[in-house]
Amino acid sequence: MRTGRKDIRHPPQWAGGGVSVRLEDVSKRYGAHEVVRGVSLEAHPGECLALLGPNGAGKTTLFKLMLGLVQPGSGHVTLERSGPAASEGRPVREKIGFLPENVAFYDAMTGAEVLAFYARLKGASLPGCALLLERVGLGEAASKTVRTYSKGMRQRLGLAQALLGDPELLVLDEPTSGLDPALRRDFLEIIATLKAAGVTIIISTHALTEIEAHADRFAIIERGSIVASGTLPELRRRAGLPVRIRLSLAPGAVAALIRGIGGRKPPLRVCDGTLEFSCSEAEKMALIRKIARLDIPIDDLSIRTPRLDDIYAHFTTGEAAQ
Amino acid sequence: MRALATIAMKEFRDGLRNRWVTAAVLLLAGLALAVTFLGSAPVGTVKATRLAITVVSLASLSGYIVPLIALMLSFNAIVGEVERGTMLLLLSYPISRWQVIGGKFLGHLAILAVAVVIGYGAAGLALVLLADTAGEDVAALLGLMGSSVLLGAVFLMLGYLVSALSRENATAIGLSVGLWLAIVVLYDIALLGILMADTGQAIGEQAFAWLLIVNPVDAFRVFNLTQFANVEAVAGLTGFGKSAVVAPSLAFAAMASWVVAAGLLALARFQWSET
Repeated sequence: MRTGRKDIRHPPQWAGGGVSVRLEDVSKRYGAHEVVRGVSLEAHPGECLALLGPNGAGKTTLFKLMLGLVQPGSGHVTLERSGPAASEGRPVREKIGFLPENVAFYDAMTGAEVLAFYARLKGASLPGCALLLERVGLGEAASKTVRTYSKGMRQRLGLAQALLGDPELLVLDEPTSGLDPALRRDFLEIIATLKAAGVTIIISTHALTEIEAHADRFAIIERGSIVASGTLPELRRRAGLPVRIRLSLAPGAVAALIRGIGGRKPPLRVCDGTLEFSCSEAEKMALIRKIARLDIPIDDLSIRTPRLDDIYAHFTTGEAAQ
Repeated sequence: MRALATIAMKEFRDGLRNRWVTAAVLLLAGLALAVTFLGSAPVGTVKATRLAITVVSLASLSGYIVPLIALMLSFNAIVGEVERGTMLLLLSYPISRWQVIGGKFLGHLAILAVAVVIGYGAAGLALVLLADTAGEDVAALLGLMGSSVLLGAVFLMLGYLVSALSRENATAIGLSVGLWLAIVVLYDIALLGILMADTGQAIGEQAFAWLLIVNPVDAFRVFNLTQFANVEAVAGLTGFGKSAVVAPSLAFAAMASWVVAAGLLALARFQWSET
């Protein structure tokens, strides 16, 4: 695994194994303020776990707990290495890549010097540094001091240092905040390739639409506790948010269709030729079948299932009663 | 080992980059040369070589300057990185906190050593070339260099302690200045005051000697003023040189203990803090 990954865009076959992270009922308080309350979560090799939540929800503290930078007040944090790579006997900390929120570097050093410094600390190969800088698009800026870097360049350098030494666990604290759209896409692409190569990825972000397609599981955190977690379908089910169905049809047919589906209670919207109504996830398919059987010409049909941001809003605004 | 060397190297190169090394070398060399060529007027009246006089003068001046340089190098070593936001990333690497402090210590100590060796060495070399030296004086100069670096080590560690205790850079600056004043200036004044008030001679010579070497700067002076006969002759004004209640090795050990104690305290505070 160490030797093969010359280009992260074309990773080698995943040899299996990697680093698993497990938090069991972890709590942490600073003085009287309880920042993390009874959090349990897991992330496994080849999986991307997204931590979502408002600022100050405790995400960064959770990262510090995972990295061993702070000790939990109660509960357990376990990082476990498995698979063929584990027999190398290198400490698990050498296999972690971390990108802190608003990453800061030693301003007077050049990008290349900064990366070489971190590479030495991690015992990563120095020749690999130039390659890494190239990969994150800093090849030409490598000899400039970090002081002259833009936010995007710093973030790229941050990603480069996180990728030093072929990490098996990547912890990324808001990696795409403040980046332009093209750079965000690059970032997510890199993450997707690493995930495919068996890297465990834990990421916190406010960019819900972009993470929706990239993460396997989500944990929504508010005031230090997890208010909901699971895969997108699981969260959708738990939230029980309505599905919106929208039909385009001849104006004269609207009344017939409403009759045909047995009439619907509001919310139902009619606007010359389009009809929009909500139903639950469970009744969705039956309803569509019913519509199809009606002998009414339909120009178009679209179904909008709840997106991650709907689910997030549902769980964080207090709508989620229990 | 690798982490220690990497951090030490970075600190030293930072020192070169931001001209700290140059400034410290120039300061100490300027001071030493000034003392050597301008301050050795009494040479005609006292039976001492110019190098001996220079060593005594420098020992007295170093007691002020070296702690200052050391504190300026070290006061923001920890709080500065916390404030800039680089500490979080550094600690996420597979290194321990003692390696962070240890690496910084080695790097800063190297900067100090370069400044002392080049700065004081320049003056020594000038005098050796003028041939007005005794072999023992050269040894005294080497002793001054070594003990200056050790004195610097004490204040580097005190600086890290201040840095680990402070939440902001500004606090660390204030604490450093206070510390310097207290140890370098006020302690001696207080000691003098006590001696003057102590008309009944309740404090014996031995107790006084202990009170002296408890302070690292005084220990440094005691070490340099008592180590060599020739220097001692010049430094006779101190009065206790002859009685030699304090062995130079004891003064040296006192300084070394300060390094260890301050270093351990700084490490304990740093270890305990949660960045």
